[in-house]
Amino acid sequence: MTSLIQVLKTPLALRSAHIIKRSLASTTNPTPSSTPTPQLDKQGPSTGYCFELTPEQREVQELARKFAREEIIPVAAHHDRTGEYPWELIKRAHSLGLMNGHIDAEFGGMGLSNFEGCLIAEELSYGCTGIGTAIEANGLGQSPVILAGNKDQKKKYLGRMVEEPLMCAYGVTEPGAGSDVANIKTKAEKKGDHYVLNGQKMWITNGGHANWYFVLARTNPDPKAPAHKALTGFIVDRDTPGVTPGRKEINMGQRASDTRGITFEDVLVPKENVLLGEGAGFKIAMGAFDQTRPPVAAGAVGLAQRAYDEALKYSLERKTFGVPIFKHQAVAFMLADMAIGIETSRLAWMRASWEVDQGRRNTYYASIAKALAGDVANKCATDAVQIFGGNGFNSEYPVEKLMRDAKIYQIYEGTAQIQRVIISRELVSRFTE
Amino acid sequence: MSLRILVGCKRVIDYAVKIRVKPDKSGVITEGVKHSMNPFDEIAIEEAVRMKEKKIAKEIVAFSCGPTQCQETLRTALAMGADRGIHVEVSGPEYETLQPLHISKMLAKLAKDEQIDLIIVGKQAIDDDCNQTAQMTAALLDWPQATSASKIEAKDGSLQVVREIDGGLETIKVKLPSVVSADLRLNEPRYATLPNIMKAKKKPIKKLAPKDLGVDVSPRIQVVTVEEPPVRQAGAKVENVDAVVEKLKALGHA
Repeated sequence: MTSLIQVLKTPLALRSAHIIKRSLASTTNPTPSSTPTPQLDKQGPSTGYCFELTPEQREVQELARKFAREEIIPVAAHHDRTGEYPWELIKRAHSLGLMNGHIDAEFGGMGLSNFEGCLIAEELSYGCTGIGTAIEANGLGQSPVILAGNKDQKKKYLGRMVEEPLMCAYGVTEPGAGSDVANIKTKAEKKGDHYVLNGQKMWITNGGHANWYFVLARTNPDPKAPAHKALTGFIVDRDTPGVTPGRKEINMGQRASDTRGITFEDVLVPKENVLLGEGAGFKIAMGAFDQTRPPVAAGAVGLAQRAYDEALKYSLERKTFGVPIFKHQAVAFMLADMAIGIETSRLAWMRASWEVDQGRRNTYYASIAKALAGDVANKCATDAVQIFGGNGFNSEYPVEKLMRDAKIYQIYEGTAQIQRVIISRELVSRFTE
Repeated sequence: MSLRILVGCKRVIDYAVKIRVKPDKSGVITEGVKHSMNPFDEIAIEEAVRMKEKKIAKEIVAFSCGPTQCQETLRTALAMGADRGIHVEVSGPEYETLQPLHISKMLAKLAKDEQIDLIIVGKQAIDDDCNQTAQMTAALLDWPQATSASKIEAKDGSLQVVREIDGGLETIKVKLPSVVSADLRLNEPRYATLPNIMKAKKKPIKKLAPKDLGVDVSPRIQVVTVEEPPVRQAGAKVENVDAVVEKLKALGHA
């Protein structure tokens, strides 16, 4: 690993001592549904594996669960139909402390561990992944600043997120470059104390509502310059002249979430808004993913759990050939396979999240979790529609939305194919060690 | 006015759980089942917190009696806004036979020890549905009581309380100190926000044993048997109203 990665890891490692005390007792949830674990009198040992949540983690999970079931679920279908941005829910989540959990206490945040953030993400996604994504995308946009921002940048851009419900966005993808981040074309030319940004970003979540963007741009025009020297990360205020969000894209699913193209035309960014320094952008952008892939995987598990719960309930009520359809093994087996997927993908995100909380590089586990959870979510949602039969295809029942929402989990935050590229790279590097 | 309020918070099986009777009919299954604060007690805590926000109260003490897990119930109360907690630890078979009389005696002793001005409890617990604790506590202390409260207004050393009764709403005035029991429509309890949940960890919980309060927890009532309600019988359809009346007469109901 280059020394740059060591620098990026230091902020996490300094905090991890405090986090380790909590995480050593932190663990997975062994019940086959998302009900909380039975409350035990004693905590598990602090060495070796422990699959029990701490009481604090349970409380965080309970709060998020209550919010999702009581406030998100009743309005999810409306936001899906109209595409209306869920401002009211965002304000509520913000007032309850469910947003911006990763921001350090020093800047007004709660300094939650990655694990606790993921617990929240899974519960919110159970309610609605579109609304969950709108809330969680803040985490993605903030990640580069949390990882690589200096004190002034953190105070300015993270501090404001805690004070009022503001959104931010992660602007890396372009119309011509998604998986191939190294090939982005947005240019940033140094002119005196500023950089001039020109280019186009696409599929930016929260693009239309963000207060500021993390933008990755090319500062070194030399086409032979490698990605980890040519790209720079910038923080760009929304109200800078020249920043133009496009129209809200109408997508297959997660329609409550706001996705847009953003055009940057001669946008002046002060040099104080450069993260780390010129050329550091690629590593920062990729480093952010190690933090954000576990919560996205957790979100996919939340959707899978919802699909499973709805399908199980329906299968015990709907009768065919004189019995509830659950009694037909074909249906029971589908639900069993859903349970297998949910249990294992939950364990996967928990491992990935726990690793990063220990201060270790979790890329291998994060990619496994994201790849697995995306596939599981899609399978569970499709099978849920199947179990509902004709009703499943209809918008009066909740599962068709789940199927439309699930697809993006195999695409964003690194496609299923890219995850496998990353995993295979990790495999070979471990082999040659 | 700056009242010190004592709020009783009982840890009960969560309202959403499907209750199952133990095979030996001695009680219901509580092992491994989700528990939470009695909903009426949540309403009681919420009312106390609102009184503190209106500066009518200066301190809120949350009380719970039971096994170690009651600390979680107290943490919820603290996260909602109580200032400190008192946990009287009773576990095992002693806990199984705990009754409202024991709790009333504990509340009465604590009210004297902690110089309490107002006791608010939920009107009943959703597990035993006794609706006795508030009344017995008031009697033990010789304090006035206002039960099934749906509205409380504090005015110069007394409370004006609207009570929900069978005939409608009754408004009474009780002098402080007094005991109030909270009914459903008193308020809508707040969510504890995540920052408050974190802050609650630093608030103190005092642990006591029943003998510290001079309370003998041996049971006065013995539960003979616990059974599930009878399975609902199928109904019958008839042609018209006259046939309904005939059938009812035949079954001895009219």
